Amino acid sequence: MNAYEFTLAGVQLSALNTGALWWPDQSLLCVSDLHLGKSERIARRGGSGLPPYETRDTLTRLAADLALTHARTVICLGDSFDDLGAAMALPEEEKLWIARLQAGRRWVWIEGNHDPGPIDMGGSHLAELPLAPLTFRHIAQPDASGEISGHYHPKARLSLRGQSVSRPAFLYDSDRLIMPAYGTYTGGLDTRAEVFQPLMRVEARAVLTGKSALAVPMPR
Amino acid sequence: MRVLPQLFENWFASKGWSIHPHQQDMLERADAPALLLIAPTGGGKTLSGFLPTLIDLADGTHEGMHTLYISPLKALAADIKRNLTTPVAEMDLPISIDERTGDTPQTRRKRQRADPPNIFLTTPESLALLVSYDDAPRMFKGLKRVVIDEIHALAESKRGDQMMLALARLQTLCPNLKRVGLSATVEDPAAIAHLMARHPDPCEILLADPGPAPDIQMLATDDAPPWSGSGAAYAIPSVLEQIKQHNTTLIFHNTRAQAEIFFHNLWLANDDSLPIGIHHGSLDRAQRMRVEAAMVRGDLRAIVCTGSLDLGIDWGDVDLVIQIGAPKNVKRLVQRIGRANHRYNAPSKALLVPANRFEVVECVAALDAVLAGELDGDPRGAGPRDVLCQHILITACAGPFDADALYAEVTSAGAYSALCRPDFDACLEFCATGGYALRSYDRWQRLIQLSDGRWQLRDPRASRNIRMNIGTIQDTDTLKVRMRRNRGGKPLGEIEEGFAATLTPGDTFLIGGKIVKYEGLREMTVEVSRDSAKKPKIATFAGTKFATSTQLSARVQRMFTQETWPELPAHTADWLNLQRDVSQLPHPGRLLIESFPHDGREQTVIYGFAGRNGMQTLGLLLTKRMEELGLNPLGFVATDYATLISGLDAVKDPSPLFDPDALHNGLETWLAGNAVMKRTFRASATIAGLIERNSPQARKSGRQATFSSDILYDTLQKYDPDHLMMQITREEALRGLVDFGRIEEMMTRIGGRIDHRQLSRVTPLAAPLFLEMGRVPVKGDAEERLLAEEAARLLESSGLAQITPAPSNKPRWRMGY
Repeated sequence: MNAYEFTLAGVQLSALNTGALWWPDQSLLCVSDLHLGKSERIARRGGSGLPPYETRDTLTRLAADLALTHARTVICLGDSFDDLGAAMALPEEEKLWIARLQAGRRWVWIEGNHDPGPIDMGGSHLAELPLAPLTFRHIAQPDASGEISGHYHPKARLSLRGQSVSRPAFLYDSDRLIMPAYGTYTGGLDTRAEVFQPLMRVEARAVLTGKSALAVPMPR
Repeated sequence: MRVLPQLFENWFASKGWSIHPHQQDMLERADAPALLLIAPTGGGKTLSGFLPTLIDLADGTHEGMHTLYISPLKALAADIKRNLTTPVAEMDLPISIDERTGDTPQTRRKRQRADPPNIFLTTPESLALLVSYDDAPRMFKGLKRVVIDEIHALAESKRGDQMMLALARLQTLCPNLKRVGLSATVEDPAAIAHLMARHPDPCEILLADPGPAPDIQMLATDDAPPWSGSGAAYAIPSVLEQIKQHNTTLIFHNTRAQAEIFFHNLWLANDDSLPIGIHHGSLDRAQRMRVEAAMVRGDLRAIVCTGSLDLGIDWGDVDLVIQIGAPKNVKRLVQRIGRANHRYNAPSKALLVPANRFEVVECVAALDAVLAGELDGDPRGAGPRDVLCQHILITACAGPFDADALYAEVTSAGAYSALCRPDFDACLEFCATGGYALRSYDRWQRLIQLSDGRWQLRDPRASRNIRMNIGTIQDTDTLKVRMRRNRGGKPLGEIEEGFAATLTPGDTFLIGGKIVKYEGLREMTVEVSRDSAKKPKIATFAGTKFATSTQLSARVQRMFTQETWPELPAHTADWLNLQRDVSQLPHPGRLLIESFPHDGREQTVIYGFAGRNGMQTLGLLLTKRMEELGLNPLGFVATDYATLISGLDAVKDPSPLFDPDALHNGLETWLAGNAVMKRTFRASATIAGLIERNSPQARKSGRQATFSSDILYDTLQKYDPDHLMMQITREEALRGLVDFGRIEEMMTRIGGRIDHRQLSRVTPLAAPLFLEMGRVPVKGDAEERLLAEEAARLLESSGLAQITPAPSNKPRWRMGY
C-alpha cells in the first residue's frame, strides 16, 4: 500500500494516498465525509440533476481500500450521507452494496452535521467513539488531544516552479489529525483558511493524497 | 419613394444634414421581414435603424412597446438612449424610451414590465430573462420591430445564438415582428443574414458606401523591436510623439497584461504629463467608467486599452488608433480602425506597432491583406446545444410548453434550422431528467410532463436558480483586489483566482498601472499595498486570446519562402537571416521542429502554423504521446505559429510523435482527460444548467461546500461517456478550443515531411515563445516527481526533517497486510 506513516498519541498510523486512515494495530480503517447521495439531495431541492454516480464511485474506492487492508473495523467519520433523506433514498442496489462491505466486520457510523440522526442501515451509530488513546469525532474540538476528525475537507496547495497543485490532504500535529474528504462529490478547504490556524500547531504537517502520499509542512 | 415627413425633414435641415442614401434605403424597405445593413461607423447607422420607428411613432397612436433594440453592451444601450432622446426631444415626439440591463434598479424593472416604453433598449441576457417571465406576452404586446446593433459581434458568439432563440420566442408572440440588423464590415454578410432572419424567410442585405480606404501603416521607430517579448517598450518614444500630434489616440493591446505593462512604461516616459488613461476588463467598474467619461469629455489624450473598448462607448474625437502587437485577424483590425475618426467619408488613421520581430512579419502580412481587401473568417457551424438546453429551461420558467411547438420555434432560428428532432429531444430529456443512463432519482426530475403532454417545472421555485444562471458569457473565477486598510481599502480590479494562487506575500504585480505588493487573502479578496519596486511580477489577467486566422497564417508562411525581404525593416530581415544561419526557417509543406536545452529543461518547438487553439491541441496530443514514451513532459505553451514543449528529457526523434494515425487515434482517448476538455465542459455545463455559477456569497461561505466541475467531468467520463453533456463538450472543443480541423489541415500540408534540428541553445525564432503566458501543465509523472522534490525541500528547509526520529517521507509500497 502507498501510505505515509506517522504517530499520534503514541499510536502508529498510516495515511493512505487514497484519503483513508489505517490503524494497523487495531486493523481499523477510517474514512471521513463520504457525502453519499449528494446528487439525490441536490435534485430533491430543485437544483440541477448531477450525474447520479457518486455513491458507486465512492463505494468502489472504499471497497478497494478494504480489499487492500482487510480491515476488521471501519469508521465512517461523519457526513457519510449528504443528509438523512439522501441516506433513506439510496437505491436498493447501493444499500445492498454497503451491507456487503459491512459483512464480517465492525462498522461505526459517526454522526456528522449533515447526517445527525440514526439511519436505516447496519452498523452502530455514535456521536463519537473513544478508542484509547484516540478519539474519533466529526468536528475537531479546540482543546482535544489524540483526536481524529473530519468535517473541514482540508486541501493543501503547493507552488511548483510556477504552477500550482492542490490536493486533498490529512493535517496532523501532536494533538490531532484532520482527515480529507473521501467522497467523490466533495470539494476542499485550503489549509490557509482561518479556521485551521488556531486548530493546528505551528509544526503541523499536511499529507497530500493522490498518486502517492506526501508530507509537507502545512501550507499557511 | 417614401418621403420623409415634414417634421423630420425640418429637423434634418435644422441640423444642416441631409438623409444618407442608406438611411433612405432603410426607410424604403421598412416593411421587409428582415433587413441587414452593412455600414461603416459614423454613417448614421443607428439613426437609419430607428428612423422608421420614430416616423411610425410620431402620431402617438401606438400603445405599448413598438421597437426592441438589442446591443451587445450595456454601455451601448445607455448611449443610444441619450442619442435618441435628442431628436425625440427636439421634434417633441410622443415617444417613451427606456433601457434595461443588468444594472437597472429593481423598481424600474417592475415599472417597465407593467408599463413598457415605446422603445426598449436591452442586451441579449436581459432579453432572455424577460422572455422567461410568464407576463412576457403582455410586456411585448404590439411589438413591431427589433433592431439588433453590432450584430457582427453577436453573430460570432453564443450570446447571438441565445438572442436569436429569444427572438424566435418573441416572433411567436408577435407574428408580424420585423427584424433589422446593423453590422460593421464583414467578410460574409450572407452568413449573418441567415442567422438573423426567421428561417426560411429571406433577408435583404443593404451595403452602405464603405467610405475611403483607411490610412494604415506600420509605426516608424528609431529603435528596432526586440527579438522577443510583447511589451513594445522600444516604441514608447515614438508612440508618445504620435499622441502629441493627435487629439485622442487609442492604444489597443491584445491582452490585459500587455496593456498594463505598456501603460506603466508609457507613464514612466511621459515627461510632459499628458493625460493618459487605462481601460480593460479586469479593472474595477468605477475606474473604467471614470476613464470612459473622461474620454467622452475629451479630457484624455490617449487611452491604453484592450478589446473591452471595442464596442459601445462613443469614440468621440479619436483620430488615431494604434495597435500594439500583431492584429491576429484582419477583419477585427479593419473594424477597429473603422471606428477612428467619426467624420463620414474621412479616412481613418491607424498605426501598427509590432512588439517583436516575429510580429513585424505578421503586421506586414496583415497590411498586405488590408490593402487587398481580404477579410478573414471561418464559418461558425450549427447552433450549439448547450445554449438550446438553457433556452428550454428559460421557456419552462415562463410556463408549461408543448415540445412540438418549441421544436418548430427553435428551428426557425437560422443557427438551429438544421437541428434534427432527436438532437432536440436529447436536450429536452437532459433538461427534464438529466438524461443519464442510470435512472436513479426520476421522482425529482426538473421538468415533468402534464397529462395534456405539455412540459413544466416540477418545482416552480427552480425558476429562481434558472434565471440567476441565464447567460452564455463564461466568467473565469476572479478575486477582487483591494488596498489593505483598516476598513477595506480602495478596490483596484480583479485577478484570476489561478494567478492569485501562485502569489506569495511580498510578490509584486501590476494592476491599473500601479505596482502593488501582495499582502494576503482575506474573505476571498486579495489585499495589496503600494510598492515602489521598479519591476513587477506580471499579472496573468484573463483576456481573450484570438487565434491568428488561417488566411493570415498562410500569408506569413509564404513570406518565409522569400529569398530576401525588401518590404521588411532591415532588423527583421536580419533576424530571419540569422534564423536561417543557426537553424532554418519553416518551409511551407514541411514541418520544422527544433530541440534544445534552455532554463534547465529540454525544449522542443514545433512550428505548425495552425493557430493558437490548434497549436494548443497539438501540444496536448504531443505531451500525451511524450508521457507514454517516458519523455517526462512538464508543460507547454502555444502561440499561433508554434508550440513549445518543456520537459525533463530531450526529444531525439520526433517522427514517432507525428504518426498521423497515432495522432488521430490519440484524439479520441485524449479527449477524455485533459485540461482543455475540462474547461470546455465547465463552460458548456454552466450554460446548459448542469452546474450553477458560483455566486460570490457561495464562494465566501467556505469552499468545501462546493466541488470542482472537473469531478463531474471525470465521473461522466467514467460512468456515462456518451452522455449529452459529453457529446456537447466534444462538439464545442472540436470547433473552439481544440480546433482539430486546423491540425488535420497541417498534417495534410506537411505530409510526413519533418525537418528536425537539434541545437545547443534557443534559436532566434523560438525566443519569443519563452515569454508567452498561459503555460498548460501536464498532470503526469513529471508533476509527481517535482511534487516529491518540493516536499523534500520544504521539510528540509523548515527544519522538520531534522526532528528525530525523522518521520518517513518516502511513499512505501508493501504487500498486503
